Amino acid sequence: MRVSFEVNGEKVSADNVWPGESLLYVLRERLGLPGSKNACEQGECGSCTVYFDGETACSCMIAAGQAEGRRVGTVEGLAEGRGKGADERPLGAVQEAFVEAGAVQCGFCTPGLLVQTDDLLERTVGAGEGAPDDAQIREALAGNLCRCTGYEKIIDAVHLAAERRAGAGSGS
Amino acid sequence: MEFLSPSTVEEALEAKHAHPDGVPIMGGTDVMVELNFDKRRPPALIDLSRVAELSEWGPDDGRIRLGAGVSYTRIVEGLGAGAPALAKAARTVASPQIRNRGTVGGNLGGASPAGDTHPALLATDAVVELASVRGRRKVPAREFYLSLRETACRSDELITAVLLPEPTGPQQFAKIGTRNAMVIAVTSFSLALDRERRAVGTGLGAAAPTPVRAETAEEFLAEEFDWEGGSSPSEAVVRRFGDLVASAARPIDDQRGSAAYRKHALSVMARRALSWSVTEYRKGAA
Repeated sequence: MRVSFEVNGEKVSADNVWPGESLLYVLRERLGLPGSKNACEQGECGSCTVYFDGETACSCMIAAGQAEGRRVGTVEGLAEGRGKGADERPLGAVQEAFVEAGAVQCGFCTPGLLVQTDDLLERTVGAGEGAPDDAQIREALAGNLCRCTGYEKIIDAVHLAAERRAGAGSGS
Repeated sequence: MEFLSPSTVEEALEAKHAHPDGVPIMGGTDVMVELNFDKRRPPALIDLSRVAELSEWGPDDGRIRLGAGVSYTRIVEGLGAGAPALAKAARTVASPQIRNRGTVGGNLGGASPAGDTHPALLATDAVVELASVRGRRKVPAREFYLSLRETACRSDELITAVLLPEPTGPQQFAKIGTRNAMVIAVTSFSLALDRERRAVGTGLGAAAPTPVRAETAEEFLAEEFDWEGGSSPSEAVVRRFGDLVASAARPIDDQRGSAAYRKHALSVMARRALSWSVTEYRKGAA
């Protein structure tokens, strides 16, 4: 089957899609967007987290056909500006914070954590609330497994990104 | 494998009628695991995510009619007061990403004995709405679960909604697992006190081949509870209630926990749920 939808603001199509394959497979293997990682394929690890019509979801648990006509946002879309590959564009604010806080070790879980963090900041600071506290951060990231960092630096990174976004919002 | 995309309930029912072996998919949190791991190759997937009616909820003749495809996230956000036990259970499901996708209809369709919503649906006497090209029918949750992963839903039927009675007293949900998130219940328990009918409802998860009630415990507590004043039951009554809940379980030993641990945990959860409920009941009576 042919599946057409929007990824990071651009219309895309994939042909010869097997109806039972996942959105994650379509993104990685058919559309050349390998940012979303394939780890558990059962919703346990969060490495394949994407925006799906504005809400975060594990793309391994969305059937390709369910994406027809929908809006998908991947980690590639978090870099500043638009375009297909993220390689040559400057990092987004959440990505910068992860680098600066040392929240990345092997990096496999990082794309999912970045998308989930972006969503948390959108729903808190972005919605006019204060920066999220530790409990809110741990709750928001509870479905993203990291086997390297022990999470402390990741939580530091989320605080850093939240402070910067709150600061930017108030014009300081 | 065919991929069918109905946009109305009628089209979906036609699709299920034409493909009785077709698998309905909504949030995909169970179905896609089976496809990803090559455990299932159904002749057709029937995508229900474009059927608007399934994602709606609202009042319906003194009850709440919850579309089978409403996500757990929306249940947590919108039904804390209207269906407290179900909202509390939804709050314990997996992770934010999974709660954005998973639905009560899917929990009922998969009918895992460990499914998080079953104890709340049993305790609150919810009703499952099933539909086919032959028409719609209502089956109480208490008659829905037949045997391990077998339910009253027939091969040409779809689960379209659950009907949730208006709460008339405290409702609780408790779940045991190794961490707060991403946990398949070791065992779970729900309790509902019905002030108007002076009745008690219970539901036990991961305690038997199907979700079950503890009917003897319900009758015992309904008899012993101070429905007038809501005074605290004696230590002996609380303990007896916990023991009766545990005795309704027929658990197994598996990698998540032993049968003996499950029984013990159920008695503890039952006692705690009762004490939370008594506190709430008195507040409601005051």
